[in-house]
Amino acid sequence: MSILIGKNKKVLVQGITGREGRARTKLMLDIGTQVIAGVTPGQAGLEVLGVPVYDTVAEAVKIHGTIDITVVFVPAPIVKNAVIEAFASGIKLAVIVPDRVPVYDVMAISRAAKQYGARFTGPNTLGILSPGVGILGMIGGNADSVKKWFKSGSVGISSRSGGLTTATAYYLNKDGIGQSTIVHVGGDSLIGLPHPEIVKLFQEDVDTRLIVILGEIGGSQEEDVAELLSGGRITKPVVAYVGGREAQEGTQFSHAGAIIEGNRGTYQGKVDSLRAAGAVVVDDISDISGEVKKILDKLEE
Amino acid sequence: MSKLFEYQGKNLLAEGGFKIPRGIIIKSVDDAENVFKEIGTGVLKAQVFTTGRAALGLVKFPMTLEELQTYISEMLSQSIKGYKIETLLFEEKLDIKQEYFAGITLVSGKSSPTLVFSSRGGSGIEEIVSKYPKSVFFLDINPDKIPLPFELIPLLKKTGISGKVLNLLSDSLISLVKTAIKTEAKSLEINPLVLTDKGKIIAADCHITVDDYAVFRHPEFGIEIARELGHPPTELEKIAYAVEKDDYRGTFYFIQLEDNFKKGAGVLGFHGAGGGGSMMSMDALQKFGYKVANFCDTSGNPPASKIYRAAKIILSQKNIDGYFGSGSGVASQEQFYSAMGIVKALRELNPDIPVVFRLGGNGEERAIRILEDYTKDLKPTVRCYGKDTSVSECASEMNQLIAQGNLKNNTETLKVNNRNLISDYSFKTVTNGTVGFNYALCLSCTSKVCISECQSGILEEKNGVPVLNISKEDVAKGKCTECLACEVECFAHGNGGGRIDLPIPGLDKEGSV
Repeated sequence: MSILIGKNKKVLVQGITGREGRARTKLMLDIGTQVIAGVTPGQAGLEVLGVPVYDTVAEAVKIHGTIDITVVFVPAPIVKNAVIEAFASGIKLAVIVPDRVPVYDVMAISRAAKQYGARFTGPNTLGILSPGVGILGMIGGNADSVKKWFKSGSVGISSRSGGLTTATAYYLNKDGIGQSTIVHVGGDSLIGLPHPEIVKLFQEDVDTRLIVILGEIGGSQEEDVAELLSGGRITKPVVAYVGGREAQEGTQFSHAGAIIEGNRGTYQGKVDSLRAAGAVVVDDISDISGEVKKILDKLEE
Repeated sequence: MSKLFEYQGKNLLAEGGFKIPRGIIIKSVDDAENVFKEIGTGVLKAQVFTTGRAALGLVKFPMTLEELQTYISEMLSQSIKGYKIETLLFEEKLDIKQEYFAGITLVSGKSSPTLVFSSRGGSGIEEIVSKYPKSVFFLDINPDKIPLPFELIPLLKKTGISGKVLNLLSDSLISLVKTAIKTEAKSLEINPLVLTDKGKIIAADCHITVDDYAVFRHPEFGIEIARELGHPPTELEKIAYAVEKDDYRGTFYFIQLEDNFKKGAGVLGFHGAGGGGSMMSMDALQKFGYKVANFCDTSGNPPASKIYRAAKIILSQKNIDGYFGSGSGVASQEQFYSAMGIVKALRELNPDIPVVFRLGGNGEERAIRILEDYTKDLKPTVRCYGKDTSVSECASEMNQLIAQGNLKNNTETLKVNNRNLISDYSFKTVTNGTVGFNYALCLSCTSKVCISECQSGILEEKNGVPVLNISKEDVAKGKCTECLACEVECFAHGNGGGRIDLPIPGLDKEGSV
């Protein structure tokens, strides 16, 4: 099993005729993800790698029946329209890859998600990968690398940095530790499924025995995970890394923001709260797999 | 961060029906006489992005024309955090009965803006709020459903407001909310919001920060660079932003961190990939005592053309001792595109500094081969590594190369690109580039590597030369993804007949600003 992604899920690609859409559709198909249709308004009738293209999501649904997931590659300024269109056509999960989506658009997407009972990851995400199950987005880039770099196993990864997501999985794999599902939650300040949501899904997932969190300064996702841990809602072991220790602390852009957020978001605040809640926090990502191995060995006993 | 000046914010509030003080913009001391005639005694405020202006002497109350002239001259000769003060605002003085605080802010991770109101305003608002929490209310706003007065009045009452002001304040807050949404503000603050003796609610100050990613929808704000820089944009940052602005293929982020450094000072041109990986890489350089001249992040699978432009911009920084690039080490993007872009830049500039890159991830073997093999005839020593070499090892390599100086000693470089585009056949690319072929060279080329290596597959052979297999219009719309193979691969394996010219407005051909 895996979280968010599944072998039998039907997947749509919005923006399939573009440079990224085309390249990542190939990746997803090569890895066995069921990409059954694509949408680019004005391009109906085309095929991309054998996948039929439609003008609207509704047309794709009419032909193919219910679609579970959409992976979005349209340019940032039109992401809002594309995602809400997908929700309105009954799609329950959107993976929003593009960077630079205006935040008021993300808020509108978030409201639409509530209205339609849907969820989304990103924006600004590499996507989701479950070794042996499938890929949504572009993690790994091409099928050969994906097969080499990622192996099925029991570690769930939730990350805010795209690059560190892949790097961590690669190093775990080198040490013989496989992954259940890898989620790049997205690099923006407002995202659909932040760390705490992903961690809750890992808690429910029978194939995940240990959770790796790759955090960053800013926001309160890591503190929220710490709260879940100390509240007993997460009982699986957590190994965490927080990036940006040397960087300037996230700039507060307003008094009102400071009033509401207080001291949340700092490197030390995140590390302290995670440690206090029982997570193992490492200073360097190269230490992750060692700590993971120790814990997994203990679980074996 | 895309900030607006007080006067811009106030004008936006006024458009939304908010009352603002009568005021006039001043750009020079020559404006003083007219302005004084119009406003009389009032308040003069420098238009800067810092708060706490009064303490910095940037808020003055001139009583006479002469005083006004003196203050104008003083303020206009100052700079704050590197920003030259260019605009002043002269406003009527308000008879203040009460000060409030009102603002909209986006809290990280929250999917709705938050309205904040405090019945006590003025400077030191954060302390006021912690001291008097009961005088504050917070309300989550649904932009599709702006609150009505009846929803705000009970909240205002809880903060101690009573009487007719309730109506005035609830109307004001509604117009504040509307303005924040319309301008896509990450924050909009009015501090103080003022009740005058005559019973009017007026915005005495206003600070708006617009969402960087939404600036493209608001050309009316005149924001030059929608980025957090912490200093006024440099020429080079403006050039870099122009490359990024309309090209949504991948990310190119460029900030200059060091200026006016000497050769040998240990300052490097830095070319990162991905936020997390870049931070890690800069830390590694720091451990060897190096500084970076700039921060740069090209990630999210940018085309080779974007990498090329980034490389040219980084290398245009005078006196850097080396050119270093690294990301997280295991990139999902195809790294040979990066290699192509870097090679093109190096071949054009032929800089006499060592170059070390860590292009780990997809296509890294090919990336390493391209970057090292295609630069052998150049002045710089070029080293490239993959994911199994740590960033510390790469930083150490850079350190050694700098210490030993250039050993290559090839003074004559034979195959450095000459940039004259001889075009018997040419077409435009999506970023105003020109691809051109010199058919005399193409005819005698046996490899036709331009066709086999073209990542978009848009070239075919006809009568012994490459031609497009799609229309030039389609190419210009983006079907040519600017992979640069028609030049870089042609130069290495073909006859040198293929060229792509990619202009960087503001940089000349030798790569100088």
